[in-house]
Amino acid sequence: MTVALPPRRAPGAAHSTAYVWLFLAPTVLLCGAFTLYPIIGSYVYSLTDWNGFDASPSFIGVANYREVLADPMFWSSFRLTLTFMVFAVPLQVLATLLVAIVLNSPRMPLRKLFRTALFLPVVTTTAIIGVVMQFVFDPASGPVNLALREIGLVTDGIDFLGQSSTALGTTIAVYVWKWFGITLVYWLAALQTVPNEVYEAARLDGAGGLATLRHITMPLLKPFLVIITLLSIEASLQVFDLVLTMTGGGPFYSTEVIEVYIYRWAFAATIPRLGFASAAAVLFGLFIGLVGLLQLAAIRATRKTRSTA
Amino acid sequence: MSRTWGRTLRRLPWWLAAAALAAGCLLWIYPFLWMVSASLKTSAEVFTQGLDLLPASPAWDNYERAWVAAEFGKYLLNTVIVTVSTVVIVVVRCAMAGYVLARHEFRGRKVVMGVLVATLFVPAGYTIIPLVDLTQRLGLLNSLTGMILAMSGGANVAAILLYVGYFRGIPKELTESALIDGAGFATVFFRIMLPLAKPVTATVTVLTFLSTWNAFFLPLVFTFSRPDLRTVSVGMLAFVGENTTDWSGMAAAATISLLPVVALFIVLQRYFVEGIAGAVKS
Repeated sequence: MTVALPPRRAPGAAHSTAYVWLFLAPTVLLCGAFTLYPIIGSYVYSLTDWNGFDASPSFIGVANYREVLADPMFWSSFRLTLTFMVFAVPLQVLATLLVAIVLNSPRMPLRKLFRTALFLPVVTTTAIIGVVMQFVFDPASGPVNLALREIGLVTDGIDFLGQSSTALGTTIAVYVWKWFGITLVYWLAALQTVPNEVYEAARLDGAGGLATLRHITMPLLKPFLVIITLLSIEASLQVFDLVLTMTGGGPFYSTEVIEVYIYRWAFAATIPRLGFASAAAVLFGLFIGLVGLLQLAAIRATRKTRSTA
Repeated sequence: MSRTWGRTLRRLPWWLAAAALAAGCLLWIYPFLWMVSASLKTSAEVFTQGLDLLPASPAWDNYERAWVAAEFGKYLLNTVIVTVSTVVIVVVRCAMAGYVLARHEFRGRKVVMGVLVATLFVPAGYTIIPLVDLTQRLGLLNSLTGMILAMSGGANVAAILLYVGYFRGIPKELTESALIDGAGFATVFFRIMLPLAKPVTATVTVLTFLSTWNAFFLPLVFTFSRPDLRTVSVGMLAFVGENTTDWSGMAAAATISLLPVVALFIVLQRYFVEGIAGAVKS
């Protein structure tokens, strides 16, 4: 069977180019319509005055941007978004690292079971968790307040979600609980990349547990710290589901993060202002894009250090 | 004897840590235990029994109320339809796109890849207004079809890149011999490549399932004028908006909504964890 086949390259290539685009068609069409068009569309809509999906938009230039940037509520929601990130991310990244180090040791009993339990909230529907948490933190009959009263820490129930001073903190706590498992799994994956021989060599050299941790594990984890932190930052900027279902942005706008602000103007206002909301969305999108770029740059930088190491 | 004693002693700190962790984990999943327990209590028991998790006798009528009166049976069906359709569309289109991007040189390849990567971080709150506008103009806003198409049209860059990476690693000889045997482009893909990519398909399926089942923003704004098309996550918010005092009904509805995804997680845990860990490794 060594018959040389005649070269059929030319007709075959044309044939396969058609197939290539046929295979790409569903992705090009769906992503084009539901991802690309909306990204570009936001910019166009943000330049219009537009009071509802049934109304027709009219061009008003950058007036929406001027108004958004002058709105104290926009800056308040921007600040709340950042506050959320500043408290949630370090808590999540560092606490999960500690637990991951403990769970990564082969001498730890039942570690698979612990990982499953800690990961469980991650797979559950955020919007449903938000609703359930309204009840869990209920001032009168919620289990949290019942327990606090049982141990005698408080006499009257604390209205965790009903007062401005505690609502954001409670939401952040639930957020960290909800997504703890995902960061934990990131760290466990990172720890798995440290080869066992490294630990063995350290042990033979007489390094104790803490010394190994400090001089071997930590330096090797540094590139992962960058990636995991940035992934966590990105995630903490998108908390619409949890905030809307737990507090609805209240009380008194004390938990109204940017996404809820956009939602309020576009979908929950009596007279929707879609152009105005789009302008806020574009500003938010640019901010997230900036964080994304930072992420790509950081990943590239860590790749370089890894390949030279 | 002393040897085993020494071993036990050395292991003691670990067992103490395990005990502490076990207590922590129990507290961790307590909200779920509380939820399931409240769903089996009578309305009176929820308020009077306090922290006691076991009801006198399971009150199954809570589930009946959530399923029929609160229409969670319907919401669950909507969620299943939307999730299954979206998963199928996303898996097939991402596999097809990943295949040609990995194994074929063609004009425009770099542009397609570049645009895909550029859309990596697009938050839902950012694109929702044009998305709703477009869907409405297509006449699909208040329909499950519209919801499915919009959810399948997310960038899904990670899924495509997973397929690209996998297909690139498959030796050329495999497809070449099939082509010599006269197999066409589509046959090579569906008969040889796609079955080979089963591990990637499993990961993509699980991750897409998770994000679609748990979706909230899009189903919320897509069903404002069609309550009968709500998914469970949207139905849940509507339910507590209308019945603020029906705690056991709320708990039963939440349990119905979370059970499928938790069950799937416990059965396919490996794929969930590997799929998510992949984000860091790559």
